[in-house]
Amino acid sequence: MDFNGSDTIPGPRAEDQLPHTAQSAVKIVIVGGFGVGKTTMVGSVSEIKPLTTEETMTQAGIGVDDNYGSPSKTATTVAMDFGRIRITDELVLYLFGTPGQERFWFLWNGLFEGALGAVVLVDTRRLEVSFDVMGRLEERGVPFVVAVNSFPDAPRYPITDLRSALDLSEMIPIVECDVRRRASSRDVLMTLMRFLHSLAMTGSLT
Amino acid sequence: MTPPQRQRRTPGQGTPAQPAAPARKEGEGGNPERLYVVAGPDGERADIDLVTLIVARSPDPPPSATPEQAALLRLCVAPLSVAELSAYLSLPFSVVTVLITELLTAELVQARSPIVRKALPDRSLLEAVMHGLQRL
Ligand SMILES: Nc1nc2c(ncn2[C@@H]2O[C@H](COP(=O)(O)OP(=O)(O)OP(=O)(O)O)[C@@H](O)[C@H]2O)c(=O)[nH]1
Ligand SMILES: [Mg+2]
Repeated sequence: MDFNGSDTIPGPRAEDQLPHTAQSAVKIVIVGGFGVGKTTMVGSVSEIKPLTTEETMTQAGIGVDDNYGSPSKTATTVAMDFGRIRITDELVLYLFGTPGQERFWFLWNGLFEGALGAVVLVDTRRLEVSFDVMGRLEERGVPFVVAVNSFPDAPRYPITDLRSALDLSEMIPIVECDVRRRASSRDVLMTLMRFLHSLAMTGSLT
Repeated sequence: MTPPQRQRRTPGQGTPAQPAAPARKEGEGGNPERLYVVAGPDGERADIDLVTLIVARSPDPPPSATPEQAALLRLCVAPLSVAELSAYLSLPFSVVTVLITELLTAELVQARSPIVRKALPDRSLLEAVMHGLQRL
């Protein structure tokens, strides 16, 4: 980008500006394998047009060894889309649709460690694409709920079958949703918040 | 039809988790019951988070500002997260972090740290978020 003409860099629309009283922000991450609906969910609940933040890394940094020792390291750009919801005049919520590959997560300092919690999206046609991400969250002690994004041609399993297939304890909520609908996505976030609240009541994280 | 089967993992298993952003005295000295703490005092330079809110201290960039700095300063006349700055400037998060660190040192911007997950929950924060979502 040419910053010499930077007078013209478009920022947020006037109605999207946060008030000066905005003191702090919290974040929720939306994760899941390839194509499960992360971007769609961010877009359907965000109050601003979803934005994208990028990070660049060299191949040596992502555990790819086929290029090892090569003098020309290839740069990989990892993009993450996000949206925003104003909670109060002081508090703002950000939602990050995070790439499923855990090897990218360290790029964003504290993204998972600092998030209130996570939504894991699954597609019942390809349940296994979200397996790894769940394991990674468990390893890191990040509380999460599971949302089944109902694609029309997808097999429908009873929740109890899903729970045992996903090897999730009784306390972890599993809900169905259609991430294209704002109300449905909002309900998933409410489920996560209620779950976090119940953890707060019992004083345990897992 | 049977779905594929996953195996649960436990905390600490596998590759060691990255250390969380170091908790600051402020949060640690406080009530140990709190799970969510403000990650650091205003203006502290280290650990710029994706959702640290940045605000310019003055509406007009000083003549000494580089074009990148000036562009950033113009964007954050009202509070704006580092993620949004990265998006609007089309610059990687790490590059924006460097710019912000320079601007913090020059006292041209203020940083408002996020509330991050810690060891034990803060219910009033969760309730505030739920109220906000219900309005949506
Ligand atoms: N029928 C149906 N289609 C959906 C639904 N959610 C998402 N899609 C479509 O599925 C495709 C993938 O959705 P995305 O939101 O891009 O998924 P993603 O998880 O962000 O994908 P990647 O970032 O590529 O991993 C898009 O074409 C969506 O329009 C849904 O609930 N029902
Ligand atoms: Mg996507």
